[in-house]
Amino acid sequence: MSTIASLDALRARREDILARQKARNGKIVINVSLATCSIAAGGKVALEAMQDEVALNGIANVEFMQSGCMTFCYAEPTVEITLPGKAPVVFGGVDEAKARELVTEYVMKGEPVEGIIPVTYERVVL
Amino acid sequence: MAATTDIKQLRIATRNCGFIDPESLDDYIAVRGYEALAKALTMTPAEVVEIIKVAGLRGRGGGGFPTGVKWGIALSNAADQKYIVCNADEGDPGAFMDRAVLEGDPHSVVEAMAIGGYAIGATLGAVYIRAEYPLAIKRLRKAIDDARAMGLLGKNIFGSGFDFDIEIKYGAGAFVCGEETALIKSMEGHRGEPVSKPPFPAQSGYWAKPTIVNNVETFANIPAIIIKGADWFSSIGTATSKGTKVFALAGKIVNVGLIEVPMGTTLREVIFDIGGGCPDGKEFKAVQTGGPSGGALANKDLDVAIDYESLIARKSMMGSGGMVVMDEDDCMVSVAKFFLDFTMDETCGKCTPCRIGSKRLYEILDKITKGHGTKADLARLKSLSDSIKDTALCGLGQTMPNPILSTMDTFGHEYEAHVTQKKCPAHVCTAMLTYTINPAKCTGCTLCTKVCPVECISGTKKQPHVIDASKCIKCGACYDKCKFDSIIKM
Repeated sequence: MSTIASLDALRARREDILARQKARNGKIVINVSLATCSIAAGGKVALEAMQDEVALNGIANVEFMQSGCMTFCYAEPTVEITLPGKAPVVFGGVDEAKARELVTEYVMKGEPVEGIIPVTYERVVL
Repeated sequence: MAATTDIKQLRIATRNCGFIDPESLDDYIAVRGYEALAKALTMTPAEVVEIIKVAGLRGRGGGGFPTGVKWGIALSNAADQKYIVCNADEGDPGAFMDRAVLEGDPHSVVEAMAIGGYAIGATLGAVYIRAEYPLAIKRLRKAIDDARAMGLLGKNIFGSGFDFDIEIKYGAGAFVCGEETALIKSMEGHRGEPVSKPPFPAQSGYWAKPTIVNNVETFANIPAIIIKGADWFSSIGTATSKGTKVFALAGKIVNVGLIEVPMGTTLREVIFDIGGGCPDGKEFKAVQTGGPSGGALANKDLDVAIDYESLIARKSMMGSGGMVVMDEDDCMVSVAKFFLDFTMDETCGKCTPCRIGSKRLYEILDKITKGHGTKADLARLKSLSDSIKDTALCGLGQTMPNPILSTMDTFGHEYEAHVTQKKCPAHVCTAMLTYTINPAKCTGCTLCTKVCPVECISGTKKQPHVIDASKCIKCGACYDKCKFDSIIKM
């Protein structure tokens, strides 16, 4: 891959990435918090359970991603799910059973599942 | 989970944590990553320093020294080589802000270090990170490698002629190595011992070259300041403390977690509105800010607007941002003893006030919690604390007595009760506890006799039992087990 040698090149690359992310808009994005503490609390178990449940139900348009700390230690493991056209929702206390329920209820039917963490912050977006 | 009503938090340093894949450079570029560096490279170093100065950013590792001023000193010191160092030696008990940033958004630190390097004239940077943070190290290393592969680190960045690269140095977990001169000694391969200042590292630091040491959270703010401007940043916060601060809420609090609030937010908003108060309906008693270097703030301090000055005025300090919350069941003498136990272990031993002073302070506290304290001990505790503050070599020693001084100030009556009545009001210090059975409530169910490890409870079935105080080891097993509240702890 070529290097980014100028601000213009950086901006062009950003446009590319944003275009690719936009193409992802029709997909369901499942973002699992995987900081050290989230992993210790079972974040990877939640991720694997959701991957398994998605495969079992043959859901094609799901994209998994990992991120760092979601800041809600009291509710780990935490998972953020974005359904197409909807605002992202963060769920807390996602053990294996809850992870599977999130797939079968929220992802597949859009049914609310308990454990939603309200957005209690304003975030600076550059 | 307690519901929080208003939006009290503002996320600048943690703006990307939890939202982007920390192992993806593209994810970072999508949120305007490295644009701040590109923008800075079109300015002169002095202009970059000026922006940070005007923004009013101050060191987030605890001291609160103005970052722009620090950078300006290094910029004005001509040298053939300068260094910029990221202090990721996070060691306060209950603090994990820096790890969260490095695990959640490592590129923001890499980018900010390059900006700082350009501003002061350094071509080399180093991250001093504790080896106990393997995942943070892995993600940081990947971020550095990916940035280098893309030409965002290395030679001639963005065609500007500026060269910059970063290496990682591992710390072995000594608390004193968070002190910048000790950190530099450790990076050079020496024992992590502080040296007296001046000269300051900005004048003579790593390998005796001008060196800037900034904390992880300080760096994480910098790309945002460069992109959104100094005026935007300085519009947030109080007169003397600008921007936000990340705190790690831990201990007896419902919403344990990481929060980021504008400077000037009150302690009440942090503990109750965001933190949800103490669990199980217990009463809030105190919060230790600034870790082992800070002090305990209590009910009377709840409406204090948090900033560097207001915390120091209350014998505490901002510190790196750990907040350990305590409820009515915590004994403040024991809390002070806990922190002195920590600093006693972590003193490097170079200067006498810290090495021997910490031991003596701990011994006095230990004596008090065991019920052997006297009024003279309280006076000695105070005068020794004052001497250590005045004479210790580095920040570790100078701040070590803070947990004692602040708790004596606010919870003096608890110390008094320990030495005069030989009672621990919070029922924590076992040496001063007695367990008895209330015959009016005891049903003689015999459950307590079964859990007592020293068989000191006796009685006939269905008749009130008694505890033999001479044999009781005060383990509390009976107290926890009794279903009829008949065991009295006092």
